[in-house]
Formats: sequence, C-alpha cells, structure tokens
Amino acid sequence: MDSFNAIVQVLDSTIRLSVPLLFACLAGLYSERAGIFDIGLEGKMLAGAFAGAAAAAVFHSALIGLGMAILISVGFALVHGFASITHRGNQIVSGVAINFIAAGSTIILGQAWFQQGGRTPALGADERFSPITLPGADAVKDVPILGALYSELLSGHSILVYLAFLMVPVTWWVLFRTRFGLRLRAVGENPAAVDTAGISVTWLRYRALICTGVLTGIAGAYLSMAQNGGFVKDMTAGKGYIALAALIFAKWKPVNAMFACLLFGFLDALSIRLQGTPLPIIGKVPVQFMQALPYVLTVVLLAGFIGKAIPPKAGGVPYVKER
Amino acid sequence: MSTPYARLPGWADYGLIPLINLLVAFVVAGFVVLLVGENPFRAAVILVEGAFGRGQGIAYTLYYATTFIFTGLSVAVAVHCGLFNIGTEGQAYMGGLGVAIVCLSFDRMLPWWLTFPLAVFASAAIGALWALIPAYLQARRGSHIVITTIMFNFIAASIMVYLLVGPLKPLASQAPQTRLFLEGGRLPKLNWVIELFGGKVRSAPFNVSFLLALAMAFGMWVLVWRTRFGYEMRTYGFSPKAARYAGISETRVIVLIMMVSGAFAGMMALNPTMGDQHNVAIDFVSGAGFVGIAVALMGRSHPVGIVLAAILFGMLYQGGAELAFEISRDMIVIIQGLVILFAGALEHMFRPAIEALFASFSPRAVGLAASGKDG
Repeated sequence: MDSFNAIVQVLDSTIRLSVPLLFACLAGLYSERAGIFDIGLEGKMLAGAFAGAAAAAVFHSALIGLGMAILISVGFALVHGFASITHRGNQIVSGVAINFIAAGSTIILGQAWFQQGGRTPALGADERFSPITLPGADAVKDVPILGALYSELLSGHSILVYLAFLMVPVTWWVLFRTRFGLRLRAVGENPAAVDTAGISVTWLRYRALICTGVLTGIAGAYLSMAQNGGFVKDMTAGKGYIALAALIFAKWKPVNAMFACLLFGFLDALSIRLQGTPLPIIGKVPVQFMQALPYVLTVVLLAGFIGKAIPPKAGGVPYVKER
Repeated sequence: MSTPYARLPGWADYGLIPLINLLVAFVVAGFVVLLVGENPFRAAVILVEGAFGRGQGIAYTLYYATTFIFTGLSVAVAVHCGLFNIGTEGQAYMGGLGVAIVCLSFDRMLPWWLTFPLAVFASAAIGALWALIPAYLQARRGSHIVITTIMFNFIAASIMVYLLVGPLKPLASQAPQTRLFLEGGRLPKLNWVIELFGGKVRSAPFNVSFLLALAMAFGMWVLVWRTRFGYEMRTYGFSPKAARYAGISETRVIVLIMMVSGAFAGMMALNPTMGDQHNVAIDFVSGAGFVGIAVALMGRSHPVGIVLAAILFGMLYQGGAELAFEISRDMIVIIQGLVILFAGALEHMFRPAIEALFASFSPRAVGLAASGKDG
C-alpha cells in the first residue's frame, strides 16, 4: 500500500507541475501555428504571474488578479506582434527582448510597490485559487485503489488545473473544427494563399497572439496564485522554455502537447521525489540528470532520431505583401 | 529576398538609425525609472559618474566590457552566417570547465603566462565543442539552431551544477565552487594602465583578458572580412541558395562558424574566473551571454561597434551599481531588453520616416533617381 500511495503522490504532483507547462505550451501552439515563433512564453508567463499576484493582493480578489494577469500578458503579446508582424522584425530577437523586459520589470516594480525584495505580499485564502473537492471525493476515500485515485489524484486541485485540461480539447476544436482555426493553420503554412483569399494575414496573426497572451497569462496566474501564494522573482525558472520544448516534442498538436507536458511534469515530479534515493540496478541518479532530461529528449527528437518534428512552414518569416 | 527599403547614406545607416533606436530605448527606460518614483535624469548622472567619474569606476567598466566583448563577438560572428546563436550563455558556462581543468591542474607548478594560453585553449575548445552539436544538427538534420542552443543552455547548466556540487568541489567545502586558484591561475591586473593616465584604482578586477578580447575583436574582423572562409560564410548568410549554387559546403560553413562562435563564448569564462574570483563558481556567467545579444545588435555585428557597445554595457553595469536604489541591477536587465527590442526587433521602425526625411532633402542621396525605388 505504501508504494501505491507513493505512486499516487508522484502522479498528483505530476499534474500540478505540468499545468503551467500545458497552458504555456498551448499558448505557443496558437502563435507558432500562425507562423510566429515565440521565445517570449517565459517572459509573458512571468509578467502574468507578477501582475496576477500583485492585483490579487491589492484588490483582494483572485478573479481581478487573473484578469490583470491576462491583460498584462496580452499586452506583452501585442508588443511581440507589433515588432514581428507590423514592423517585420526578427521574431526571435523580439521574444528575447520580451523575456528580459519582463524579468527586469517584475523585480523593479515589485520592489518599488511592495518593498519585499521583489516578492508580492502573501495571498490570503480568497485572494488565490484554492483546491476544490470534487463531489463525492470524501465519501469514496476509503474505497481501495479507485477511491484513492479519485479523491487524491483527480480531486483537490484548483479550478485552473481543470481548466488547463479542458483547454486541450477546446484548442483542438478551435484549430481543427472552426473556420478561424483553419485560417490560423493556413497562415502558418502559406500566408500568401490566405492573403489571396482576401483574409488579412496581419489581423489573423494578431488574433493568434492574443490567444497566446491569454493562455500565458493564465499560466502565470496559476504559478503565483494557485501553486504558490504570491509572486517570487524569477518564479517561472525556465518553464517557458520547457513548454517550448514540449511544443516541439508534441509536433505542434494539442493532444500530444498534453502528453508531452505530462511527461515533462512527471520527470520533474520524479526528480523531486527521488532526490538522494538510490534506484534499483542504476544506483543513485543525480538530480541534475533528471532536470536535464526534457531538454535532452527534445534535442534527440529535433535531431530526427525519434520521428521528425516538422514546424509550420511559414514559421519565423515575416509576411511581405507583393506589390 | 531583397530588402524592401531604399538605401540611406552609410553614416545614417550605421550611425544615425542605431543611435535613434538606442535613444528611444533609453527614453522608455527613463519612463520605467519614473514609474518606480525616481528621477531619471538624476539616475543617468549617477550612472555616468559611477562608471567614468573615477579611475576605480573606469577599471570596473572595462572589466565588465571585457566579458561583453567576448559574448558580443560570439553572437555577432554567427549572425554574419545568418545563424542566431542564443547558446552563448551555455557555451561560456562550459568554457568555465576548461578554465577549471587547466587551473586546478597547473596552477601549482606553472606561472600565469603559461597557464593563461593553456586556459585560453581549453576554454575555447570546450566552448566550441558545446556549439558543435547544435551546429551539426542544424546543418545535417535541419533542427532549428535557436531551439537546440536554448536546450543546450539548460543542459550546460545541469552539467556544471552537477560538477560544481560534486567532482570539482573541494571535499571540505560546502559552497558549490572550485577551490581558489593559486598564483599560477591568477591573471595580472591592468589597473596600472589607468593609473598611468592619472586615475586612482583601489582594487578592481580589470585584467589582461581585456587585451585578449581586443585581439579577438581584431581576429573576428580579419576572419569575416579578410579571409576566403569569411567570404563564404557571408555569402551563406546573405543567400543560402546562392552559396549552395557556388559550391560552398553548407555543413562546413555552419559547423565552423558555430565553433568559432562557441570559442569566443568559451573564452569569456577567463575574465570572471582567472581575472576576478580566482575560482569557478556556480552561475558565474550570470546572463552575460544574453547581454551579448544586445551588444551584437547594437554594435551592428561589427567588431568596432561591438567593442563600443560592450563598453556602454560595461558602463551600465558599473554605473548601475552606484545608483541610489538597490534594485539597480535589474534596471539594467530592462534596459538590455529595451535595447534588444528597439535596436533589434524594431530596428526598421524609424527607417521609413528617416528615409522620407532624406528623400525630401535630396532624392538622389537615397537612390531614388538612380533606381526608381526598388523597380
């Protein structure tokens, strides 16, 4: 029973750890499918996390926090759009810039407004997203295996966790079953064709980036208002880049993205769990090895050794209308 | 694809436009300072005084500049080949491993002028090797170099943390760093140069790796503009198709230039380790690789521009430390981001307006009469 509990605990933290990755990964999906590379997921998440925690602390409301997180994150996404769509700048350079601006300004503003070394004030119970208990979770708690799975694994997460997993089918539906999604994918493959059909490439790409901004904002809000009770400087700690890796790992598909994020979340959960405990046969695995594994796996995938990751064709290329 | 812009006179293209972009970046940064509730003009004065007011400040400015020249060169040399090496950070971190191996083995027996060349070689070699795999994958398997180098930054960080909390750490110590290098692993200071000009330096880490950085800047100029290989890589950067048609080996160009880029990055490790801290500690690069992106963009990927931009960023780092409010270092991160945004991603924002201005003065200067504006 002990090992069963341990497994449930690892899976439980897998879910918690993969949620920010999943939001960010789906966010990247929208922009990259529309032909805009987005290195700036990390920065937008960080800005969202800060804005969410700061607004929630000031206005004493989790919802206002979430709204502010989305607003700021969309603002950053629009800056990215302004540089890379309107002015046809280098998308990667613009993304890098956004990461720096977010990293610096969250600390500076946090220190200036709250004077706690870049932290925001600790959030109270109704200023953050608390775990919710699914109906009947307490009742079935004592049922062996299934009861534990339901009450420990599925129940007891914040609403944002369920939203993250709901976003997977929603994203699939938007991208593959709506007119907007068809056009969005087309603009990432062949913008000239979309333009010829009389649809504005610019407006479409801007809309894709707004979707990205909304999702990275929620990802940030989850970090600072659900997983933790406040903003800590640099709290994204490379999650934006892991999400990018997951996106490539998922070959730019929503359902795959969920599994990729769960895999990377699982590796993270496992490395925390296994800290210092020797494994059978292999012996003690250094934590750093587990932490590097998502990146190594992505490189191996990119090298084409386990299937080939083919990005959207027009990705990274600013669209110039022929005159 | 030809650039959709008319030609401007050289001084406007390489002087005026970067200057305007830079100015806008600083104006926006000034607004952030205002938002924090400080006076941006006072901050600017403190910053410049802190960086250049006294000999001590100048020495520190040049110490930081040394680091940024290396990383700036690393990013810039790849840009000429059309590659965006975002992995300078990781390559520099791994370069620290080369420094550690050489210094820990030889600092007892050799003088610094023998250890130094060895360390230069080792750090450059490891930096180059760390760039080799992404380069090979880009050239042969078509994996996007930006993504692979980002991944390699994280892998490098994991490896270095593993080594610095394990094998490289002295047994008795708790801190994740190597033991202090002895005399043979310490670079002589150059502070006397500043004192020669009348400045007073109490103690600053300005050291001989600055000369190495200048030599490398010259070396980059020779490589890019005065060698056959430089011509090949610029051709490839300008038009991969034309390069292929001319029989230039894609793999060779990409792999070699990325290794040069990695070597520049690796050598950056010498300055903070052998020159200042006398050990290799965790996270000693601390973002300098990314500053290199801003430096390369601002310096227009030309060695002279890079040295000037590196000194500017050195000034920001040193002067920033003098600012009254303690959050100064993060202010630099914002400025860095704004510079990358305005000098990099938005570099064409003001171009149409400036072109129109020039055209109204003299149409011929912008090539309107000659070519009829792009056909």
